[in-house]
Amino acid sequence: MTATRQRRLDWRGLVPVVVLLAAWEAISRSGLTDTRIVPPLEGLVGLLGTEVAEKSLLGNLAASIVRDLSGFALGASLGVVGGILLGLSPLASALLRPSFDVFRQIALFAWIPLIAMWFGIGEASKIVFVALAAFTPTLINTVEGTRSASATLVEVGALLRYRRSQMLLAIYLPAALPSILTGVHLALIQSWLATIGAEYFMTAGPGIGTLIIEGRDRFQMGQTVLGMILIGAVGFLLNRIARAAENRLLRWRTA
Amino acid sequence: MVATAGSLEMRSVTKRYSVDGSPLVALDDVSLAVEPGEFLAIVGASGCGKSTILRLFAGLDAKHDGAVLHDGAPIVGPSLQRGLVFQEPRLFPWLPVERNVLAALRNSHLDAHARRSAVRDHIALVGLQGFERAYPHQLSGGMAQRVAIARGLVNRPDVLLLDEPLGALDALTRAHLQDELQRIWVRERTTMVLVTHDVDEAVYLADRVVVMSPRPGRIRDIVPVTLPRPRDRGDEALLRLRAHLLRTLAGTPQHAGLALHRAA
Ligand SMILES: Nc1ncnc2c1ncn2[C@@H]1O[C@H](COP(=O)(O)OP(=O)(O)O)[C@@H](O)[C@H]1O
Ligand SMILES: [Mg+2]
Repeated sequence: MTATRQRRLDWRGLVPVVVLLAAWEAISRSGLTDTRIVPPLEGLVGLLGTEVAEKSLLGNLAASIVRDLSGFALGASLGVVGGILLGLSPLASALLRPSFDVFRQIALFAWIPLIAMWFGIGEASKIVFVALAAFTPTLINTVEGTRSASATLVEVGALLRYRRSQMLLAIYLPAALPSILTGVHLALIQSWLATIGAEYFMTAGPGIGTLIIEGRDRFQMGQTVLGMILIGAVGFLLNRIARAAENRLLRWRTA
Repeated sequence: MVATAGSLEMRSVTKRYSVDGSPLVALDDVSLAVEPGEFLAIVGASGCGKSTILRLFAGLDAKHDGAVLHDGAPIVGPSLQRGLVFQEPRLFPWLPVERNVLAALRNSHLDAHARRSAVRDHIALVGLQGFERAYPHQLSGGMAQRVAIARGLVNRPDVLLLDEPLGALDALTRAHLQDELQRIWVRERTTMVLVTHDVDEAVYLADRVVVMSPRPGRIRDIVPVTLPRPRDRGDEALLRLRAHLLRTLAGTPQHAGLALHRAA
């Protein structure tokens, strides 16, 4: 039921977009502003055409997405593994949790100078930065989820003579899954923001962030706006995919 | 087949918990022997140590004084030879019915084929054919408890321990599941220890009824029920036993108020 409702698009959601575009077009045509600052819409569409055809817009887009997903995969898997460790081992938690709680207070962008020093301003740095963004929410939620495994179900495992590995795979992990997925979902959103941030601050190589900065430097607002729209669209799609995956994996709660 | 395995015994068992630093005697020098293939019921006010007895037999609680034995050997931990059905079904919410039952076979010696047929047989035994793919939240309380019973039986244990498994159900479902339990017991001859607060249930099902009293948990009386099966719930002898048990229970501190009420 919820699935079908989600699949259908509610067109009312497009109203603000249409209003915004109309206002944009009106301002652009009114002659009150410089068309370099508020470029007309047909220019933007034309630009999309030429960017795709000539300047490898798709290449930039692909570079950003690959970067995003690489960093996300790295950070989220470390977050899940670390979260399970901290969630299950009181010793690991006593040793590492305080440091982590300080570590997570350090704003993400404060890491950039250090990362750039260690990994350069190439691809490695950007992926490390994205991974860092994905790591924190995944770890926090995985710890939470692992701890929430009910003692009564753990007792059922003991009764069935589950070994440690079976306890982990058959009880702790499934019990933690809703929390883990919440963390992974947050990580996916954070990773995409961090991807653009990384491209913005470490501008070597292709990417949507690079495209935006180029647009600014060459005073081509069209290119910048196009980049922004793409960022929003990709973020929206990633969010949709994450939510669909979550619903699929947690079907047992609603099926 | 004559049952040879499945005897349980407690010898002078004392179990203490500590509640907020002060000791609480849950079982005080309790001795109890359960014969192989016997159906034993335990009744008593809440807090008199009934669940504690089952947990000790199950091997979930190894810290106690005295000896707890299964076929003469000390119980040091859980065993697939002793199934336990808790008061709540405790199913894995993320697994459908058949995989909840299958989950009990993770460490069984059966091969994959035998496991599948064991699961199928036990789902049939509790009358849940057609619900194999249902998730726990889609089941009624009675159905969930039946899955729990199937899970407790699927390893074909020598002993099945049941902790008020029908307590939360409506009267009709309860009567129905009592008959099913009896049918399963007649068929499998598993030793069964049933904790219940329902005296009717105890005399209807059991070979002997253990009456306990609280603070500290002690065995007050053991009443044999020698009536042949299948039993009639309205049988005169059964009703006399029931009255006797209620009087015994009423003598325990927790039920004093109830006795006055009944006399009035
Ligand atoms: N884990 C525990 N910690 C502390 N006290 C407990 C614990 N389990 C049981 N008790 C206490 O032991 C006594 C017997 O409990 P229990 O065996 O559950 O009684 P029953 O099943 O007959 O209601 C009760 O007073 C209960 O509060
Ligand atoms: Mg109890």
